Amino acid sequence: MAANIQPIVRLKNVCKSYGDHQILKNINLELEAGKFYTLLGPSGCGKTTILRTIAGFTDVTAGDVEFDGQVVNDLPANQRQVNTVFQDYALFPHLNVAENVAFGLKLNKVPKAEIDKRVAEALAMVQLADFGDREISEISGGQQQRVAIARALVMRPKVLLLDEPLSALDAKLRKDMQYELRELQQSLGITFLFVTHDQEEALAMSDEIFVMREGEILQGGSPVDIYDEPINHFVANFIGESNIIPGKMIQDFEVEFVGKSFECADAGMRPNEAIEVVLRPEDLDIVAAAQGKLVVTVDSQLFRGNYFEIVAYDTDGNEWLVHSTNPADEGEPIGLTFDPQDIHVMRLNETEAAFDARLEKYEDD
Amino acid sequence: MQRKQRLSRQTAYFIPYVLWIGLFVIAPVILLVYQSFFDINGHFTLGNYQTYFSSNTYLMMTLNSVWYAFLITLATLVISYPTAYVLNATKHPQLWLLLIIMPTWINLLLKAYAFIGIFSQAGIANQFLQFIGLAPQQILFTKFSFIFVAAYIQIPFMVLPIYNSISELNPSYVNASKDLGATSWQTFSKVIFPLTLPGVKAGVQAVFIPSLSLFMLTRLIGGNKVITLGTAIEEHFLTTMNWGMGSTIGVILIIAMVIIMSLTGGSKRRTKRGLTK
Repeated sequence: MAANIQPIVRLKNVCKSYGDHQILKNINLELEAGKFYTLLGPSGCGKTTILRTIAGFTDVTAGDVEFDGQVVNDLPANQRQVNTVFQDYALFPHLNVAENVAFGLKLNKVPKAEIDKRVAEALAMVQLADFGDREISEISGGQQQRVAIARALVMRPKVLLLDEPLSALDAKLRKDMQYELRELQQSLGITFLFVTHDQEEALAMSDEIFVMREGEILQGGSPVDIYDEPINHFVANFIGESNIIPGKMIQDFEVEFVGKSFECADAGMRPNEAIEVVLRPEDLDIVAAAQGKLVVTVDSQLFRGNYFEIVAYDTDGNEWLVHSTNPADEGEPIGLTFDPQDIHVMRLNETEAAFDARLEKYEDD
Repeated sequence: MQRKQRLSRQTAYFIPYVLWIGLFVIAPVILLVYQSFFDINGHFTLGNYQTYFSSNTYLMMTLNSVWYAFLITLATLVISYPTAYVLNATKHPQLWLLLIIMPTWINLLLKAYAFIGIFSQAGIANQFLQFIGLAPQQILFTKFSFIFVAAYIQIPFMVLPIYNSISELNPSYVNASKDLGATSWQTFSKVIFPLTLPGVKAGVQAVFIPSLSLFMLTRLIGGNKVITLGTAIEEHFLTTMNWGMGSTIGVILIIAMVIIMSLTGGSKRRTKRGLTK
């Protein structure tokens, strides 16, 4: 993150509580212009609350919300230069599609001719050019979704907030909308802040993901960073599928688990420190038992279409999930191999800041 | 055989309802219409209708009824909408709602007598006026007191449907409106009010129609200063014994109610518009 770029939106030490219940715990967040950000976490983790504090529907208990370096804590929602796509779309049922999209422009006293032009543009952008005269009740859920996006984009916001907008759509439509949203964001160059609990969605669409749990941001980074180097057990488990095995760090670049020592790519920990290792199921290759770095016994397997999901157990009783294009024989031992960089070591209770500092230290060497 | 039995049992469930409707709604209306074609001596005539439509008195009375019903409905609406709105934002709306509904459990006549006491020369209202340094006023038997008490009695019937429509309103509509730059007033006038209009219409029906034929209050509170169709019907049945004329006014009142129902009940806005393009 270049220091000279002024973030469009910044949350500084933002806390939010209702009575004794803390929804947000010291949130720090910076959004730069033109990027696609995702807040990812299980339901109730506070991600929608962050969106609401930025939109202005919720005030913060402590901390600052800044737009372009200006504190906007007391600026009401209708004066903020952000627009929201709501989870339930919140399209006005007494107005038709075009009137819904024109709603905000009319309030701003934009001239009639310009309103018509911008509404037509916005509807064309979401591929609903001919739907202006339809009533909201007459169009499908996917189309309502597009109208909600058009209604927000027509206002030309600096930041578009999207609150789980795809959660009500069926799987196929959802995939299509993921591509379309990503394309829209890139062609318009508007900052998107997208909220979801679906990790696949987050990985596919985002420039940067913030993984949240219980009112805290656990880790922020690019999808690849977060997938390859999850900071802790929760993130590793939440993003993708993983094998998380307890072990210990013998020394830099050498780790021990399941009673064997392996070469790895991590360093910066105390000798013999207890750690957890993450091995992604798709990084494990099946070989003959004699050639494997580890020998596990196949317990069961499921055909998933493009791969087999194999569940196996090692001699310590750890469960190993393996994704393979070839089937295995249930009840038979197989060998597993992996490269040193496939092993990702996680310290117990390490914070994001400490993690980044450690990474920097040994990667500079 | 079994099917037939089940069918006949279903029909049996309807009997009490059909009997009730037949005896107490349909039969009286038919009787009323029938009776409206007879004069005071029991001869068949269209004269009652002729009298009604050619007499200034009756037409004025009709206008008067509509005018006062309109004023009562307006006063009720102006009080009830904000009440329902505030009620919805309170912590215990059901409790407040109960308090608003409670007066309807009390007999109308009792409430009317209570107001006679309150509005009389030595009543609480005048005591209060004296207390703040004003001369006692004639409050009872004025048009004002009639509208005041009628509105008081009708308010619960207006608050309930409006409250229901406000509480059913999805709060994200309000957020969406603010998000798009609307001020609180714009959000109210362009989103909240249009979306709660069905509740307002239901409330207007529930208040306007009964207000057309109020007669007891015109006498007890209005002091016969306000003559409505309700008063006229009462006069014809109980004083002049011209049941034919009374029935005629009744029939006209029923027709007026049907017209109002169809005007305010109307179809939902533009549901068909998009289909017929």
